Amino acid sequence: MDRSDDSLLDKAFLALADPARRRIIARLSRGPATVNELAEPFEITKQAVSKHIQVLEQAQLVTRTRDAQRRPVHLNPARLEALTAWIDQYRLVREGQFRSLDAVLQSQAKTNITKEPS
Amino acid sequence: MSNALKLSVPEGMPFIDYEREFDFPVADVFRAHKDPELIKQWLGPRGLKMDIDHYDFRTGGSYSYLHTGPDGVAYSFSGVFHTVRENEFAVQTFEFGGYPDVVSIEFMTFEDLGGGRCKLIGHSVYPSQEARDGMAQSGMEGGMTEGYERLDELLTGARTA
Repeated sequence: MDRSDDSLLDKAFLALADPARRRIIARLSRGPATVNELAEPFEITKQAVSKHIQVLEQAQLVTRTRDAQRRPVHLNPARLEALTAWIDQYRLVREGQFRSLDAVLQSQAKTNITKEPS
Repeated sequence: MSNALKLSVPEGMPFIDYEREFDFPVADVFRAHKDPELIKQWLGPRGLKMDIDHYDFRTGGSYSYLHTGPDGVAYSFSGVFHTVRENEFAVQTFEFGGYPDVVSIEFMTFEDLGGGRCKLIGHSVYPSQEARDGMAQSGMEGGMTEGYERLDELLTGARTA
């Protein structure tokens, strides 16, 4: 990883250090949305939401397209991927897998208990 | 975190080693490796649908399954079970359809720790250093699904840290 990657990573993590911006990202992971749509669930002004989007844009986490009247905000999956790519992914998959296995064993143990004659 | 995964990806060797303890008896953990209905519930990255063509976890048996992401992209995996000893040991091959012929050999030792606990010891051998490194980097099938999941975890972790 070179230094420019590092500074982009810094920006991305700083951008995500804010709960409102995380909620915006979570919303965009379900599909593109306009500023109005993004502002709806928030108790903050549209201007504030616009500012948040600018921060996310500077971190390259989101992009905005210009179609006629709407300017929907899109997630930038490549940037999000880069956010986690520096983590040992194999480990994460394995960890997740074994946690799932724990859950399976847990639920099996429960069914076995219920099966036993009381 | 309890029962943390100990994983080592040694520099310059085509191996991956891991150890993981479970708060369950060895027979339960073995059964979760053997019963296709249980396998479906934990094997592979979360968020992917698993369709098992066949999964015959016994000496001389074979397996083949598909993982499908929400984007509809499917990844195929297959191999043979060279040796399977009940509650004790298994050796299998592992091949990802996206990289045909790059077959790894997976050794799994199920160790009874007593007190209803056990340990799983894994040793994966790859046909080349390149294949091992590629595997360690890609995390089997990576993809955006997991990217989002990991991001979620990362953010959740950041929130609770």
